Amino acid sequence: MSTPTVVEIHDLTKRYGDRITAVDGVTLSVRRGEVYGFLGPNGAGKTTTLRMLLGLIAPTAGRVSVLGRPPGHPATLARVGSLIEGPAFYPYLSGRDNLRVLARYARAPEARVNEVLKAVDLADRAGDRFATYSLGMKQRLGVAAALLKDPELIVLDEPTNGLDPAGMRDMRRLVRELGAHGRTVLLSSHLLGEVQQICDRIGVIHHGRMLTEGTVDELRGGSELIIAAAPSDVARARLASMPEVDSVRSSDGTLRVRADERHTAAINAALVSAGVAVTELRRGGRQLEDVFFEMTDHESPDREMDHV
Amino acid sequence: MSDIVRAELFKLVRRPAVWVLLAAAVVLNQVFGYLVPYLSYRSGDAGEDGASPEQLLASALPDQLVGRTIGAFPVFAGALALVLGALVFGGEYGWGTVKTLLTQRPGRAAVVIGQLAALAVATLGAVLVMFAAGAASAAAIATAEDRPLEWPGLGDLVSGLGAGWLILSMWAVLGAVLGVTLRGVALPIGLGVVWVLGVENLVSAVAGSVLTALQPLRDVLPGVNAGSLVSSVMSDRMIDPPPGVTSSVAGSRALITLIGYLAVCAAIAVWTSRRRDVA
Repeated sequence: MSTPTVVEIHDLTKRYGDRITAVDGVTLSVRRGEVYGFLGPNGAGKTTTLRMLLGLIAPTAGRVSVLGRPPGHPATLARVGSLIEGPAFYPYLSGRDNLRVLARYARAPEARVNEVLKAVDLADRAGDRFATYSLGMKQRLGVAAALLKDPELIVLDEPTNGLDPAGMRDMRRLVRELGAHGRTVLLSSHLLGEVQQICDRIGVIHHGRMLTEGTVDELRGGSELIIAAAPSDVARARLASMPEVDSVRSSDGTLRVRADERHTAAINAALVSAGVAVTELRRGGRQLEDVFFEMTDHESPDREMDHV
Repeated sequence: MSDIVRAELFKLVRRPAVWVLLAAAVVLNQVFGYLVPYLSYRSGDAGEDGASPEQLLASALPDQLVGRTIGAFPVFAGALALVLGALVFGGEYGWGTVKTLLTQRPGRAAVVIGQLAALAVATLGAVLVMFAAGAASAAAIATAEDRPLEWPGLGDLVSGLGAGWLILSMWAVLGAVLGVTLRGVALPIGLGVVWVLGVENLVSAVAGSVLTALQPLRDVLPGVNAGSLVSSVMSDRMIDPPPGVTSSVAGSRALITLIGYLAVCAAIAVWTSRRRDVA
């Protein structure tokens, strides 16, 4: 129950025949309570990996452990909610009745059905047949189904697919809230911005192989605060005296400061109160997009990857 | 397991196709089991096999309820049950809901067994409805013609219900195994209906006439055994047995064969489901 690692995947491989290797020796770990982003372009092997994680398909080689048990074990499934490759429900049933069926399968209390419908803002249309739902509503019902068991681990495969910008924003907010409430979320996406905004750590997969794993800052090589201020020596001395600041260096007539993003306003205020004129203050460093395309040998952004 | 059966029954009673199939079975049974013989009697026409109008009326009276109801099961009601099984299991693949179910709590074997159990409950319900509709038709004809309301004995009724349930369950599970192995609805239904309505009749006809060496093969066919089971539980006074009802195989052997089909098909459905990658 208290294992720090919720998902442990080691050297996982899935081959179809002799010619297709969908997943090639993937190793990753998801820690308890984090929002983990599984990032990669379409066809990279994300969904295949997640299917193996849930016991839907059998690995050709490698090991998978979910909540300390093999994937697909009933005791594991009882603690895992998932939405894999699009929502799949019975078109002749209403959204609510679809969830009632799943609640019986999962032995979840029926009261949860209305709770999760509210959580995804679908309560008003819950009595309508699933066949009449828009793509975004279907996606939200899929997320509601993933929450039904009040799970410790939530696996969401491209949860913002089909959502309009407001729906995407709401979905990101929901995922962040899930993470904030201590749940572990494993989120796959091909949207760099989405992953950068909501994930604590990221694993990048391409052509079935895991390229890297780390926090957003680690992958970007960290970000700096770029400050243009005068007089520069006073500004540097003030910054160096602040406990919030990790380091200060000068570069190209500006000061480069390493500090947590939360302290940006406090740094600005401290400089102004010290009589320093701040003419520029911004975050600098590589974007996740740049890092991603460096790793995948793309010179320009792929059409299927969104800009950060 | 009971949670899965309840969930599946919840789905079944809300699925329009299930009610369409039930309505088709009931209507066809009433039309060919009661309405046609009664209209022939009223018009004074003799049956094709020379049955007199009085015999036609007698075949539609309450004491013939068992034979009149389950006489339709080996062929058309069986085909409809096969369609039901294919719809229930194949539909999960067509809609992709199989992955939704398999990522809930139960294991794969439990899911399939629960779905089969729900299918068995549904076929029992269909048998009861068809018996009730037949009883209503027979009672109406007897009352209209001022004939006594003599019902079959309890033993005959229970045997008939049991045989009918077994036959429809067998066809439904055959449809289910086709739905699971072929991962869809259209092909299982097409193949299954061709088998029930075409291949079985063809083999039976050939084995009974031009190539008697085929009789051992004929005697293991599900439809032939279903017809033989019906024949064994029908009243001795049954006139003009429906198509597919023969006495090719002894009743006890037919019973064992149908149970065997049921068990083997269920085992194949579970085995296939457990070993398969769900894409």
